[in-house]
Amino acid sequence: MPGKLKVKIVAGRHLPVMDRASDLTDAFVEVKFGNTTFKTDVYPKSLNPQWNSEWFKFEVDDEELQDEPLQITVLDHDTYSANDAIGKVYIDIDPLLYSEAATVISGWFPIYDTIHGIRGEINVVVKVDLFNDLNRFRQSSCGVKFFCTTSIPKCYRAVIIHGFVEELVVNEDPEYQWIDRIRTPRASNEARQRLISLMSGELQRKIGLKVLEMRGNAVVGYLQCFDLEGESGLVVRAIGTACTLDKLSNTSAFLPACNSPSKEMKEIPFNEDPNPNTYSSGPSTPLKNQTYSFSPSKSYSRQSSSSDTDLSLTPKTGMGSGSAGKEGGPFKTLLRQQTQSALEQRGGSPHRFCRRREFPFFTLTTFPPGFLVHVGGVVSARSVKLLDRIHNPAFVGIMGNTRSYKLLDWNSFNSDEPETRDAWWAEIRQEIKSHAKALGCHAVVGYSESTSICEEVCILSASGTAAVLNPRFLQDGTMEGCLEQRLSWQPGFFSIGSEKGEVDFFPQSQDSSSLLGIEEASPPGCGFCHIPYDELNMPFPAHLTYCYNCRKQKVPDVLFTTIDLPVEAIVVGKGCLIQARLCRLKKKAQAEANATSISNLLPFMEYEVHTQLMNKLKLRGMNALFGLRIQITVGENMLMGLASATGVYLAALPTPGGIQIAGKTPNDATYDQHISHMQKKINDTIAKNKELYEINPPELPEEIIGSPIPEPRQRSRLLRSQSESSDEVTELDLSHGKKDAFVLEIDDTDAMEDVHSLLTDVPPPSGFYSCNTEIMPGINNWTPEIQMFTAVRVSRLSTINPTNQTLNKNFNDLCENLLKSLYFKLRSMVPCCLCHVNFTVALPEDELVQIAVTAVAITYDKNQALQANKAPTEKSQQRASTDNEEQLQFPLELCSDPLSSQPFSPAKEVLEGASSHTGIPAAQRVLKSHSGSWFRAGTSPEIDRCNSWIELIKLKAQTIRRGSIKTTTSLEKASPLAEGYLRHRSVPSCTNSTVSVVKMTPLSFLPGAKITKYLGIINMFFIRETTSLREEGGVSGFLHAFIAEVFAMVRAHVAALGGNAVVSYIMKQCVFMENPNKNQAQCLINVSGDAVIFVRESELEMLPVQPSTAAPQPTSSAGDVTT
Amino acid sequence: MSSDLDVFVGNTTLIDEEVYRLWLDGHSVAEAVARRLRGGVLEREGTSVAVLQSDTRDHYRTFQMLERLLHAPPRLLQQLLFQIPPERQALLVQRYYAFDEALARELLGKKLSKGTKKELDEVSARTGVGIRSCRRQFDNFKRVFKAVEELRGPLAENIQQLFLLDYAAIVFFANSRFETGKRRLQFLSFADFAACAQSMMGHWSQGALGEPPDPRAPEAAEPDGDLPKSFLQDLKELKVLVADKDLLDQHKSLVCSALRGKISVYNELEANFKALSRALVNVGGKLTHARDVRDFFVDLVEKVIEPCRSDKWSPGDLRLFLTHYTAARHQALWERYMAAITACLLRMYHD
Repeated sequence: MPGKLKVKIVAGRHLPVMDRASDLTDAFVEVKFGNTTFKTDVYPKSLNPQWNSEWFKFEVDDEELQDEPLQITVLDHDTYSANDAIGKVYIDIDPLLYSEAATVISGWFPIYDTIHGIRGEINVVVKVDLFNDLNRFRQSSCGVKFFCTTSIPKCYRAVIIHGFVEELVVNEDPEYQWIDRIRTPRASNEARQRLISLMSGELQRKIGLKVLEMRGNAVVGYLQCFDLEGESGLVVRAIGTACTLDKLSNTSAFLPACNSPSKEMKEIPFNEDPNPNTYSSGPSTPLKNQTYSFSPSKSYSRQSSSSDTDLSLTPKTGMGSGSAGKEGGPFKTLLRQQTQSALEQRGGSPHRFCRRREFPFFTLTTFPPGFLVHVGGVVSARSVKLLDRIHNPAFVGIMGNTRSYKLLDWNSFNSDEPETRDAWWAEIRQEIKSHAKALGCHAVVGYSESTSICEEVCILSASGTAAVLNPRFLQDGTMEGCLEQRLSWQPGFFSIGSEKGEVDFFPQSQDSSSLLGIEEASPPGCGFCHIPYDELNMPFPAHLTYCYNCRKQKVPDVLFTTIDLPVEAIVVGKGCLIQARLCRLKKKAQAEANATSISNLLPFMEYEVHTQLMNKLKLRGMNALFGLRIQITVGENMLMGLASATGVYLAALPTPGGIQIAGKTPNDATYDQHISHMQKKINDTIAKNKELYEINPPELPEEIIGSPIPEPRQRSRLLRSQSESSDEVTELDLSHGKKDAFVLEIDDTDAMEDVHSLLTDVPPPSGFYSCNTEIMPGINNWTPEIQMFTAVRVSRLSTINPTNQTLNKNFNDLCENLLKSLYFKLRSMVPCCLCHVNFTVALPEDELVQIAVTAVAITYDKNQALQANKAPTEKSQQRASTDNEEQLQFPLELCSDPLSSQPFSPAKEVLEGASSHTGIPAAQRVLKSHSGSWFRAGTSPEIDRCNSWIELIKLKAQTIRRGSIKTTTSLEKASPLAEGYLRHRSVPSCTNSTVSVVKMTPLSFLPGAKITKYLGIINMFFIRETTSLREEGGVSGFLHAFIAEVFAMVRAHVAALGGNAVVSYIMKQCVFMENPNKNQAQCLINVSGDAVIFVRESELEMLPVQPSTAAPQPTSSAGDVTT
Repeated sequence: MSSDLDVFVGNTTLIDEEVYRLWLDGHSVAEAVARRLRGGVLEREGTSVAVLQSDTRDHYRTFQMLERLLHAPPRLLQQLLFQIPPERQALLVQRYYAFDEALARELLGKKLSKGTKKELDEVSARTGVGIRSCRRQFDNFKRVFKAVEELRGPLAENIQQLFLLDYAAIVFFANSRFETGKRRLQFLSFADFAACAQSMMGHWSQGALGEPPDPRAPEAAEPDGDLPKSFLQDLKELKVLVADKDLLDQHKSLVCSALRGKISVYNELEANFKALSRALVNVGGKLTHARDVRDFFVDLVEKVIEPCRSDKWSPGDLRLFLTHYTAARHQALWERYMAAITACLLRMYHD
């Protein structure tokens, strides 16, 4: 009996009129949790009832607490007939189950009904008293924190990143049950909402158990999805990255951070697990992997069409250069071996662990500095499957009683059938893993999975970015050896081997500087671009050159990734959203034939999507794609492909050549003329784009290329010095010579169409930029105004005789028009940037295409950037000149600024500093420019804090050098203050009648604000239906209202948790169906995000003035200890 | 390629003031698009007609959903469906309840009944206000009127609280049913009447006395839209001023001696004093009978303003006269009465 849930129903307001005669309502409330139901008294004849109920207490075990939602139903009392339901509120109490999150849920919740939408509001207070759980063999995983954010959350630091966790649960979809023939769709939709709520709770608990088993305490990048498989059932699946996180404000936990939690966990005797069923039959055990258990009838549909790695990375032109710069080689190999061994050793440990860690996948897209060593390229795999009824032998009970949906723990049924879904995914993951291996990588980052279902065919897709990671973050034990080893290479650099826990990277972007003692041979700005694979034995033909930044290692000519732009990357100019769009007709077919034809089409689609991306990238004069997401959607008679990514110019990669058109029939004069006209148009576009995105890569003067580049860090000199001279010739050659153009051959009208369509992409109007990553490369002076939005369009792509070309054009126009319309809508925010633009395509019916876009528009200040830059630069220069001794050791820490490329690219500055270098000042100069640019990242109020951080870093270095273990953590004290401050403010706001503002954003941060607390995950699922579509304003009116309602319910839940924003918000599903003849429509929406409390940076500045803040300021305390 | 479904929903609800204006004016989506096109938005933003249509439809849908909430402005502040910054909410309410003065002038004093609503077509034609807009404004008048009808306390404050705006003049007129439509009143604008209503409520209503209304007093039970009965009753006592010849003469000599040499129309004043005085006092005396209340403005115009105008009084003359006319007698009731009358006359005394 480890928990007591307490609920109080306070009041209602704006209830609908339920009694036509009196124009009033006699409302009462049912509060239900698990099997227990309480009722309030009837509050007669009022639309604003004041129940002020007693505390309803539910005594439940924590497993139930995790699985069950709290159900609140508002009803109208009727003496003579059945009570009418007004609506419901589902409250996920999970955020109350871990100590650091919310302590109470209290506020106004919209009362929701699947037919009528929001009908008034109800004020509820919910609390949980958790008793200390002494049972270690429990089935619950209370206390494991979940984050949708795909980076280390802002007020935490990662002690260990354990790796991939996944789970899925299945059930029958209530809508497809026999009972639906006799009950109303409304009842079955309510049953569905309830069921999915229950299933997500269960899924989360199971994932939590896996995390505990891995000795983690959190899941980051948690992505939960539903597959509505129709008659074959309902699958809820989730993936995430298990981590051990440490709260930054938690000073006591700072020192022993690394080991203590895991040590504690080690004592848990896993072998004595009382309920081995849930674990041991996990389908992804290596053993089982080798023998995929497919029923023979299905095997033909298993043709998995996976994009080959060469497709994913594909620099198709040119050949691999033969000359091998060996200098980075040995080190790289060593590192690779270490990582490999680290990853594999884990595989060697007890059986249960190896299954978990079989897939070295990470759902994160942004990483702590130093985590990402090299990036190989995109790996993806797809597979076409035929859905069959999920074997679901029991427990489909009577509807209306939640408990009767005793969820099937599907691992506990040992028949072959139910494992299908798990096995399918295992197969795909295996493929991804092998693709990554082929790229010389052992890990996959930015990993995600998705499905597209049409009738009984399902395409499973997975994609990620193959990468080599710094093993130090990955695991405990096994890593110690290599860590020591690596540190020993760095004589003179302070040792941190003695306390590993010391390694704190501040997760804030500005703090990326503090990567104490990480890093290998490659400089931070370009290291991730360096190829991880063996260039003599390349997995695909690629055109390699020496890195344009460090000139020491090889880089590909183009880099595609699914992750966000690493903060330390050096970028020239700005980025832009690039989309490839594609339609392919397919014959209508049944079952196997259908699956086969889809499988056959897939490779062609992947290829074409890739070609389009490549062409569009070159057309913009850029050389890398980040955040690449390729979505293939299956419909009855066509397949659609939509790839979105953010193009950038990476300073480390070579300048892309142009696009050259070649005709087939060179003799025809008019044809030639046409070709040359097109060529001119293309060249013009490239030139225009370069100007638009400010892509002016610094032309490297020859003498600099030739001469040894001044070392920013001494320790890497050793590795470099040997091959300098021999490389000179090649490098000269590379920078000026073969900028070979990408050749497009026009051999038929189709090709001509393709070229035309390339040129139809209109750049955004002036003042607008767009990207699908978190931050826009090249813009750093965000102002706090944000506008998150969702836009949905459904269009008929009908033509009488549809061909691929006409469909392509229609689809292209649809997307372009949608973007245009967004720019127009948001024109008052100019200058602004659309960030995290996320397109989702669905094919609900023949020829109907549905596109849903969610993004956030963020304003930025064009002028402020320049002003803000000057002052801090000067300041920092002063600083740099006053204290030189320590700082000389920290150029690395200071130079990993994500946004520094504007307006002076640090690369340039380094070169300038270098070219005129005379002896000692050189290093200092490099430092100056770097620290200057580092400051630039912060907005002006940040400056002082930045300074204190420098102080802190210095301090840390000193204390470490002295061998003293005690370090100050004054920095962290900022957050509890902020919280206290906020609490102060939030108390009166409760009593205030006006609604508190809740910001929503798909990004993990809020510009100009600091997130002080994560309150828990928001994961909500709603169904809305109507039988009076025309009266509600048609399909648009219906969906418009529904989306607004979903936003309102998300905001209300966040506000009730005490939060003022949702970050990492995502609309994972929006399934819209209509039947205009019957005047009916139905829509399902699933959204998630992280509820947070943020404090404006300007308010943060004022905090120290508060009387309660007795804690010493970072600067002063730092000063104290330094002396 | 047609877009069957096309929606845009922002976490903060986007309000386009121009489109709101067009919607309030009762234009259809197509008309609104045409007007926006004429406004040159296409050239400014370099966008397409389709985009403009989609944008307009989105806004119209939002406004339609908001309209329900606009009917009860405090609900707009409490609702959770649309996240709208407070200043935007204020703007929405203000614009929604704003009225065309031409229309308000037409409707002043009319009964807000179905019959009147049916006449809106004519009103629309006369005033040039779109019929849909006319109906909305009419409904607004009616809604405000109905909402405050039963309420106690100061009218203006009640309306402010319920509708977050100043709507008192219209309700006051609708309540008292003053005649405003006569030909000789046509020179008066809505603003003139609104100002008069304000001074009448300001000086005459219960709350105007500067003391909290006594809950036991009979007036406290009356809605503030009506003038307090006791006050009107008292006004009858003033009749003695014109009925008693001595009092009238005394009053005249006081005023004339004060104004001699200070006023250009002294002779005319002297000649007309009795007629003017009779008119000024009798207007008040008639206020007790609902029937006569209707003629309040007609009487003022016919018996005060028109004679003065024909004698070529300047507004300054009138002001001077009224000041001394009022000051000649020291009586709280008299001063309270004359304060509003003076304000009304001065406001109305123009061409």
